Amino acid sequence: MKFTLHIWRQPGPEARGQMMTYRIDGITGDMSFLEMIDVLNERLIKDGIEPVAFDHDCREGICGSCSMMINGLAHGPERGATTCQLHMRSFRDGDEIYIEPWRAKAFPVLRDLVVDRSAFDRIVQSGGYVNVNTGGAPDGNSLPIPKADADKAMDAAQCIGCGACAAACPNASAMLFVAAKVGHLGSMPQGQAEQSARVRTMIATHDREGFGHCTNIGECEAACPKEISTEFIAGLNRDYIASAVKSAVKGEARGGF
Amino acid sequence: MISLDSKVPSGSVPEKWTNFKKKQLLINPANKRKYTVIVVGTGLAGASASASLAELGYNVQTFCFHDSPRRAHSIAAQGGINAAKNYRNDGDSVWRLFYDTIKGGDFRAREANVHRLAEVSVNIIDQCVAQGVPFAREYGGLLDTRSFGGAQLQRTFYCRGQTGQQLLLGAYQALARQIAYGNVKMFPRTEMLDLVVVDGRAKGIVVRNLVTGQVSSHAADAVVLATGGYGNVYYLSTNAIGCNVTATYRAYKRGAAFANPCYTQIHPTCIPVSGDHQSKLTLMSESLRNDGRVWVPKNRADINKHPSEIPETDRDYYLERKYPSFGNLAPRDISSRAAKEACDDGRGVGPGGRGVYLDFGTAIGRLGKAKIAERYGNLFDMYQRITGENGYERPMRIYPAIHYTMGGLWVNYELMSNVPGLFVIGEANFSDHGANRLGASALMQGLADGYFVLPYTLTHWLADQKPGTLPTNHTEFLKAEAETTERLKKLLNAKGKKTAAEYHRESGKILWEKVGMARTKASCEEAIAQLRQLQLEFHHNLAVTGTGEGLNTALERANRVWDFLEFGQLLARDALDREESCGGHFREEHQYPDGEAKRDDERYSHVAAWTYNGPDATPTRNVEQLTWDAVKPSVRSYK
Repeated sequence: MKFTLHIWRQPGPEARGQMMTYRIDGITGDMSFLEMIDVLNERLIKDGIEPVAFDHDCREGICGSCSMMINGLAHGPERGATTCQLHMRSFRDGDEIYIEPWRAKAFPVLRDLVVDRSAFDRIVQSGGYVNVNTGGAPDGNSLPIPKADADKAMDAAQCIGCGACAAACPNASAMLFVAAKVGHLGSMPQGQAEQSARVRTMIATHDREGFGHCTNIGECEAACPKEISTEFIAGLNRDYIASAVKSAVKGEARGGF
Repeated sequence: MISLDSKVPSGSVPEKWTNFKKKQLLINPANKRKYTVIVVGTGLAGASASASLAELGYNVQTFCFHDSPRRAHSIAAQGGINAAKNYRNDGDSVWRLFYDTIKGGDFRAREANVHRLAEVSVNIIDQCVAQGVPFAREYGGLLDTRSFGGAQLQRTFYCRGQTGQQLLLGAYQALARQIAYGNVKMFPRTEMLDLVVVDGRAKGIVVRNLVTGQVSSHAADAVVLATGGYGNVYYLSTNAIGCNVTATYRAYKRGAAFANPCYTQIHPTCIPVSGDHQSKLTLMSESLRNDGRVWVPKNRADINKHPSEIPETDRDYYLERKYPSFGNLAPRDISSRAAKEACDDGRGVGPGGRGVYLDFGTAIGRLGKAKIAERYGNLFDMYQRITGENGYERPMRIYPAIHYTMGGLWVNYELMSNVPGLFVIGEANFSDHGANRLGASALMQGLADGYFVLPYTLTHWLADQKPGTLPTNHTEFLKAEAETTERLKKLLNAKGKKTAAEYHRESGKILWEKVGMARTKASCEEAIAQLRQLQLEFHHNLAVTGTGEGLNTALERANRVWDFLEFGQLLARDALDREESCGGHFREEHQYPDGEAKRDDERYSHVAAWTYNGPDATPTRNVEQLTWDAVKPSVRSYK
């Protein structure tokens, strides 16, 4: 198969970027999208041109590293799949393909298709955990959890932190990411004690990092490679309102513990 | 020869860990703050160790080459984690888990370490539950378990098919919490390129910031490597693309002993290679072998036929034929070798003739498609996504692939290498799996080391050391930094014709063919010679673009491949000198007439730990004799 690729090239965080066009052939349908870029990069290195930088690692759809807008879609046309799980048989021979980095102010470009997603780490650092130290945990079976709750927690916990939700959202909101973590911990008794504070601190960090507000457009769910439901955003909103009311009554500072 | 003192505590095997803790030295909380610990890697072992050490009060600096500590390859583990909880009342115990792990490792692991692993396995589950890991539950709300890897018990805890992910996120969140508290300083996108050893002690590391390209040093009272395995030395493996041997290999070059590099695990149920462009192999859970039947055509002439055109009488269900009592559930190493034999015989199917059928036809006939879909639906989907074929209608094609490496840096009972101050945990060390790892044991070991072993043993060691790091302008730091910069410059100045990926592919192929599933004296010798040749060529015909400043993926890759080329020779040398077959290491000269692996306990009941003697010198093979106080080595038979 043959393709014409238009790829965003940007030498560094401060440098100006531009779309560059490359023609490539000898591609087979079995190749993953990233393997197709590997082929291009091998050729570029041989021609003395720097390869296209992109984040990738496990190549089996679980590490959350890969992050590309393909023809305007986060992770490309395949539903419920990361870029590394997208195969070239999903394209037609001769297609033109536009490849860009994640688009969101909170994900600044470092080089070519590589963006800085450390904002997600900072959101988790602001409450996306249960406050327990190692050691001293009670027996695992001392806390029965209804299967339905554990299943719901797992549905949310599947989030791979890739950032497709924010990249796909017209507001560049990462609310699905926040909701997945809040929904995971909040569905289980271990996470309940801190749920009220968690929801506010995580949202405060989300806003501070420069992500936009959620206006229930739903692009995030469509782009999510793990197909995490926007129902978790609804749950997040309920928790947030309850928490805000509680803190207003109690006179707690907004966003504080 | 160096002396390898395992520092195993006194007492009977089940008492050793208790005895260690009784005598363990402590450091008061106010003084812990004065010690700085560097942790490299943020997989299960690294993240759990960083969090636990920071909770104790140490000053922790943690490094990973990913953009976030949540991405390490522990995340890809599917199956589950073993623990001797005996929630099922099915006869499990710490002793039984210990014995199964020792036997699974073909009696090539250190008893004391393995027993400790089994002991702390029960704490891991409790800890993870407290963190909010969403383990599978039964309708009564209690934890569900399943059987795994041929065990006769149901001791494996799991989170759907994403156990590694959920356990890693638990550890990552514990780490995030310590970062928020200011107890851990996290350095993402920072790759360790050298170990700094001063007067024979590990005192810090040299790193490269992968975004700015800056090379710098970090000093510490102790360095912990949690940098994973070296499976990617074979180029194609189920490891993530970034997995590499650089951190452990550099430590080896600075004096740390590398133990049992020839112990590599090959997993039988991976999706076969489809062409030269392929960058990695994908594993499908072993559970598929519960209902799938493995076969190849009896006649070479049939290999290109559609499988439905091959009648039952012309199919060779070779596992059922050779191992009637275990059949399709024969252990990983045995099934893998049988697949290779069938393909070597010219009866392999699919592109390149490197594949065997895994057929669900019988199971679908017996249980119906719906039942099979319920059990394995996600795996069938994954297979279809990658191969474009429908596994319900046409048998899947599978082939073995490198999956895990049991070898690693040598450590004593306290997880410290022979270089004082250098600790090694998780897959990066050699200690617990012997010559073969059992399913669902890797997650257990990573978390055991990080949560429940290192916090004790590191404290014990540090208590005897005066706190205080060296300044990073100390001569040894400057020397190591200069050597790293020089090395990067050498790579950048290479103006040859071949890319690092091409060298990697070529060297990986040599290793896979000659030191892969089956090895001989001649094949190991050939591998060493050919890799040596390739290494020489690499230095004058490599092509690397760009500069050292800024993000340069070509440079990162070339730097890792350089180490793979050298390390591959060490692996082959170890395979050459271990003249027996055990676990994942199969020497064709050493087998029983029926083709089973023949262990040689007289001569090889020991750990081989290699030390570096210089770029052109042969490394030294040091030996730690294994002792058998609790169990008696026996022959593994699966007939």
